[in-house]
Amino acid sequence: MLVEETLKRIQSQNGVQGIIIINSEGIPIKTTLDNASTVQYAGLIHQLVMKARSTVRDIDPQNDLTFLRIRSKKNEIMIAPDKDYFLIVIQNPSD
Amino acid sequence: MTASLVLTVESVLSIVSTLSSGMEIVHVYTKLHSEFGRQCLFSDRPAELLVDVPADQSLASQFTQRTRRDQSLQASRDMSEHRVNTKRFESESCGLNHEEGGWPKDVNHQVMEQTIRFRKKVEKDESYINSILQLGSVMEHCIRQNNAVDIYQDCFEDGEMPEEHQEPPSAKTINVFRDPNELKRTVTGLSWHPDGGEKLAAAYSCLEFQKTSRDMSLDSYIWDIENPNRPELSLKPASPLVCLEYNPKDCHSLVGGSYNGQIAYWDSRRGSQPVETSSVEHSHRDPVYKIIWLQSKTGTDTFSASTDGQVLWWDVRKLSEPTERLVLDPSREGNPERALGAISLDFESTMPTKFMVGTEQGLVVSCNRKAKTPTEKVVCTYDGHQGPVYALQRNPFFPKNFLTVGDWTARIWSEDIKESSIMWTKYQMSYLMDACWSPVRPSVFFTVKMDGVLDMWDILFKQNDPTLSLKVCDEALYSLRLQDNGRLVACGSQQGEATLLEISSGLSTLQKNEKSLLAAMFERETKREKILEARQREIRLKERSRSEQSRSEDGGREDIDQSPLQLMARAEEDFYVLTETEKKGKEREDQDLSSEL
Repeated sequence: MLVEETLKRIQSQNGVQGIIIINSEGIPIKTTLDNASTVQYAGLIHQLVMKARSTVRDIDPQNDLTFLRIRSKKNEIMIAPDKDYFLIVIQNPSD
Repeated sequence: MTASLVLTVESVLSIVSTLSSGMEIVHVYTKLHSEFGRQCLFSDRPAELLVDVPADQSLASQFTQRTRRDQSLQASRDMSEHRVNTKRFESESCGLNHEEGGWPKDVNHQVMEQTIRFRKKVEKDESYINSILQLGSVMEHCIRQNNAVDIYQDCFEDGEMPEEHQEPPSAKTINVFRDPNELKRTVTGLSWHPDGGEKLAAAYSCLEFQKTSRDMSLDSYIWDIENPNRPELSLKPASPLVCLEYNPKDCHSLVGGSYNGQIAYWDSRRGSQPVETSSVEHSHRDPVYKIIWLQSKTGTDTFSASTDGQVLWWDVRKLSEPTERLVLDPSREGNPERALGAISLDFESTMPTKFMVGTEQGLVVSCNRKAKTPTEKVVCTYDGHQGPVYALQRNPFFPKNFLTVGDWTARIWSEDIKESSIMWTKYQMSYLMDACWSPVRPSVFFTVKMDGVLDMWDILFKQNDPTLSLKVCDEALYSLRLQDNGRLVACGSQQGEATLLEISSGLSTLQKNEKSLLAAMFERETKREKILEARQREIRLKERSRSEQSRSEDGGREDIDQSPLQLMARAEEDFYVLTETEKKGKEREDQDLSSEL
């Protein structure tokens, strides 16, 4: 319930195109996009987050990745990583 | 050498004292009072000889005097230089196929039920709920941030491009493509891929007479400019290729002229072996120095030139026999004995019936393909160079003017003036091997020389010297090609290295009024040459009429009576007359210009 409310709140924000929740193995748990895109995002982003996290930790082992933002020409992909799950939100710029 | 040891108790003491005062060395010596003996009574004493070792001359024979030498000493650590080079590893990029995975073993991800069940299970998990709540709040913060400020807003209006930075012209090497074989061959021909130019075809051969060895590889390569480590495709002809050209209409087909005179046609989709090769009987008898694709409806016509004096036309679909043949005989008789060897060819697609051939003898022959009789095929000749004309190209913006390169100069000609070139560079330090115009700037052309220097000439900026001179490598550069966008230059050297350079934007973007300024310059030079030509003709006519007159008077006596001295005097006179008239001609022209202004 609480989870649902949170996700609904995020979805209602301006410009949000889609939300995906994936677990540490890359399996999408919850998504608002279609299956094909979800699978693609899940696979690609999972690898990217692993790489980013290992980069941060290689530079300073005390450090850890807290947030990852990928800005592209068309939209912005925001990834909030946790120990077991990642929350991915795709947002369009507000014009 | 004598040595005497002299020691007294006093001197020992004094040494000790100086030492201790200089270096603050303190030595404490304790002894029980009872153990002290009688006090020391010091007294002066004369020096007493203790040991005297006289020199033994007999030993001197066992020694030799060492030569005096200056040796410098340095008190520093011993260091050594050591170089390390990592081993090059070959990497190839290839794609990966992603399949959905990560599902635990008992869940078959094709089956909807199982996946839904798995998902529901996860959603009930305590840690899931906690982490999502926490992540959600972080995410919301960032989303709100994005909404507050438009991150994609254009802060600086992209107005007009900054005008003329006037940066000094420069070029930088991007890549060097080396001949992968042990025995290096010269890069004699280069050709860019027609669309976009991501690939460069290079023809490798050894042009030095009888220098080719049995082990020398016959291959020529197509390089992808991003990957200098190994060629994308290797072309395997029967004999090394001297020149190679991509078809501008079809980016997969290439035609190459080889060292033994044959022409071969490749399709890069089909692989390394030529699709077809011309038959030996009907090909050239000497290396094919240049081959160009023609503009035709079928897009399959080419023509080739070689030092055996022939220009042959081919249809690549049927290479067994040339479609047409032309013998470059200046006397227009089509006599192969007297033919001139051809080294370079030029063909402009805007003038499809005319083409020009540069010969070994220094003549440039302009020909008309559509002429009916062989005598009319050779339209006119331009005598310019003292050596073979290695490169010949029309200016892409002003087709009436063409550039030739040979001996130690580069010359620009106008089609109408047959006597001499309208503009020429001064004599360079080494032989010029190849040249080409820039496809984007009408006043810029490039030349390569035997000392490995690439020169860029901008005739609107400076005519006496190249605008930019770059030493590309230590050995001679044999070939040069510019890519169609005008920014990339490829030049090939004698050791099989093809260097790719990028030119600064100053030399590769069209400047304002460039075309009109250049047109005016060519006009002016052409006019000057015309005036000189006219004056020359006048003088010659006068000479002829004078000699005719005198001949009718003397009846041939003049020729026999002329001694060397008289001939020299005559020659001197003629020289002074000529220079006078030229000077007058120039003055007149200057006057004309000043009167125009």
